[in-house]
Amino acid sequence: MTTATTDRSGATATTRKPATMAQALTRAMRDAMAQDPTVHVLGEDVGVLGGVFRITDGLTKEFGEDRCTDTPLAEAGILGTAVGMAMYGLRPVVEMQFDAFAYPAFEQLLSHVAKMRNRTRGKMPLPITIRVPYGGGIGGVEHHSDSSEAYYMATPGLHVVTPATVADAYGLLRAAIASDDPVVFLEPKRLYWSKADWSPEEPQAVAPIGRAEVRRRGTSATLITYGPSVPVCLEAAEAAREEGWDVEVVDLRSLVPFDDETVCASVRRTGRAVVVHEASAFGGPGGEIAARITERCFHYLQAPVLRVAGFDIPYPPPMLERRHLPGVDRVLDAVARLQWESEWTERPEAFEGGTR
Amino acid sequence: MTVLEQPGSHRPSPPPAWRPRTDPAPLLPDAEPYRLLGTGAELDPELLGALYRQVVKGRRYNRQATALTRQGRLAVYPSSTGQEACEVAAAMVLRERDWLFPSYRDTLAAVARGMDPAEALGLLRGDWHTGYDPYEHRVAPLSTPLATHLPHAVGLAHAARLKGDDVVALAMVGDGGTSEGDFHEALNFAAVWKTPTVFLVQNNGFAISVPLAKQTAAPSLAHKAVGYGVPGRLVDGNDAAAVHRVLSEAVDRARAGGGPTLVEAVTYRIDAHTNADDATRYRGDDEVAAWLEHDPVTLLERELADRGLLDDAMRDGARDEAEEMAARLRDRMNEDPVLDPMGLFDHVYAEKTAQLREQAAQLRAELEAENGDHGDHGDHDGQAKGDGR
Ligand SMILES: Cc1ncc(C[n+]2csc(CCOP(=O)(O)OP(=O)(O)O)c2C)c(N)n1
Repeated sequence: MTTATTDRSGATATTRKPATMAQALTRAMRDAMAQDPTVHVLGEDVGVLGGVFRITDGLTKEFGEDRCTDTPLAEAGILGTAVGMAMYGLRPVVEMQFDAFAYPAFEQLLSHVAKMRNRTRGKMPLPITIRVPYGGGIGGVEHHSDSSEAYYMATPGLHVVTPATVADAYGLLRAAIASDDPVVFLEPKRLYWSKADWSPEEPQAVAPIGRAEVRRRGTSATLITYGPSVPVCLEAAEAAREEGWDVEVVDLRSLVPFDDETVCASVRRTGRAVVVHEASAFGGPGGEIAARITERCFHYLQAPVLRVAGFDIPYPPPMLERRHLPGVDRVLDAVARLQWESEWTERPEAFEGGTR
Repeated sequence: MTVLEQPGSHRPSPPPAWRPRTDPAPLLPDAEPYRLLGTGAELDPELLGALYRQVVKGRRYNRQATALTRQGRLAVYPSSTGQEACEVAAAMVLRERDWLFPSYRDTLAAVARGMDPAEALGLLRGDWHTGYDPYEHRVAPLSTPLATHLPHAVGLAHAARLKGDDVVALAMVGDGGTSEGDFHEALNFAAVWKTPTVFLVQNNGFAISVPLAKQTAAPSLAHKAVGYGVPGRLVDGNDAAAVHRVLSEAVDRARAGGGPTLVEAVTYRIDAHTNADDATRYRGDDEVAAWLEHDPVTLLERELADRGLLDDAMRDGARDEAEEMAARLRDRMNEDPVLDPMGLFDHVYAEKTAQLREQAAQLRAELEAENGDHGDHGDHDGQAKGDGR
């Protein structure tokens, strides 16, 4: 972030500091609110406190309580009133305090938010952004680390977006707020404090929703991932170099709509694919993605599409979360299993159930 | 020795004010439902006449819609027979710029607000969901999930007030719906934000088969208001003049910045829950008969007659108007709606996703194979603007 500082002599110097994802998100809301008076932020503790993660820091001060509003503690109420606000021409941006506390709002989300455009034949679109800090790795106690993206993905009518970089946090959130459709904006809370050399003062690209990004080029395998697992995969890709594997990393950025084009182009080039995410494997996003790849790229594949995912368990206690979360080793392990073609055919039992 | 007993200790100072600052007494509903008809109260003859015409028309509408279910023209109809006074009064107290938030039983309120009777039945017919433009008459889509539309009414009223518009939102819900969490959250938000929202509970005795006594232990549903710091009003839901009066006051209060009101209208569901329900399993004919004595149409007729206002011209006028509406409804419902299956992919998103375009192509191929049809399904590759019919 670029800040102007004034020294004792009164001279102004400009220093460029790295910005965090949290700052980029705040900035995105701030810019959207400044540009469009219909953008309203609401949620629990978003006002004076600036949210428990401080993502809405300063918005009430700058725009007043009517624009950034502390609501009563009720998630269905927050989203339900946002529906009414959107009906009347506002663009609500709601904050769900934590992933697992969004569940009381699911009725509103599934029955109304996702369907209103459709049931009114396009007459009543709902431009609502639902920000959900999600995922683990921050030592949160129970109900503070869920990865709920599969539930959102399974609901037609919702866009589901999740940034992995500071620039995308800004760009995708601006795009989400500008979208005429409801967007579930999943914020990887363990990346809130990740930094990048990023200046909001310079014009920033607003990332189109629905486009994946190749974060690292490679030739021997593709890691398909998003949100908190992107840095894990990039690290794994670096480590894989020592094994002589040149691994490509695709950051989906948007789960709905899904960018088949970028994903399939990559897999067709490399012939091998691993899907990596924190959410549980069974019924999780990886199954859908693996199926899509198989349907579209079967004849290019040198090995089955593998998944590296969280275990099929309720999110574990913080003391054990690193055993649950897919880390670099587990990703490398999967990549290794993709490469040993002879073993696939000679010792199939070695791979039984071995998806992680 | 406890802290308080320590020698020389001071009486601990009370904590900062934590008690509710609102005196609950003015919020409490009356013990008996408010009534006007048959009490000799002063009433505007013109309003009485208007209520009468609306209620007669409403009764005819309910009868016609029920008949249409028997002819297979409506998939389902949750009749509001016996509740017409609530339905029409709810619509009549609103100004054009106000909003109505009906539940699935409240098609009559939408019709009384001016909507085409056939259009209001789109959802229940099995046509495209909702099927009408909510902005045309400011009627939100009929809500099937119970009480979930109540927070919408709060949000809309909140937004309107932020914009400086003096709009009121009136939301309707059944007695069963008051047990849902969304009822609570909506009332609480409305109360805290002082939104111009009026909540009308039609206590018609049953939630499908479950009687009120098994739904709540509250002294009345109107009493629930006190817990939110909102006035609760209890009204005879079959007394059209009383419902109109109580709702008018609530709407005026909301418009003037006084915040929300919870109105409980005590009424009775004369017909079964829907045409698919067997009401004899959970209630006796004598109970229904007793309520028929207190019918909203009869109450109005008696009042008008007592005042010497009910002549043949008025009676015939109301009946003719109702018959005309019923005939129009029948005609409209006897048309066979043609829904273009390709419209399924419209309006899921502002723009079709690649996945939806693929699926649309699949369905188009299936349709063409079925019909040998190369017919015109409109341009559904972009986003169709119409309703895809
Ligand atoms: C959330 C939800 N749960 C269950 C139902 C199924 N259901 C439809 S009507 C009804 C009873 C509603 O009773 P009440 O609120 O008293 O309204 P009434 O039908 O009497 O008008 C039930 C349980 C529903 N529509 N929504």
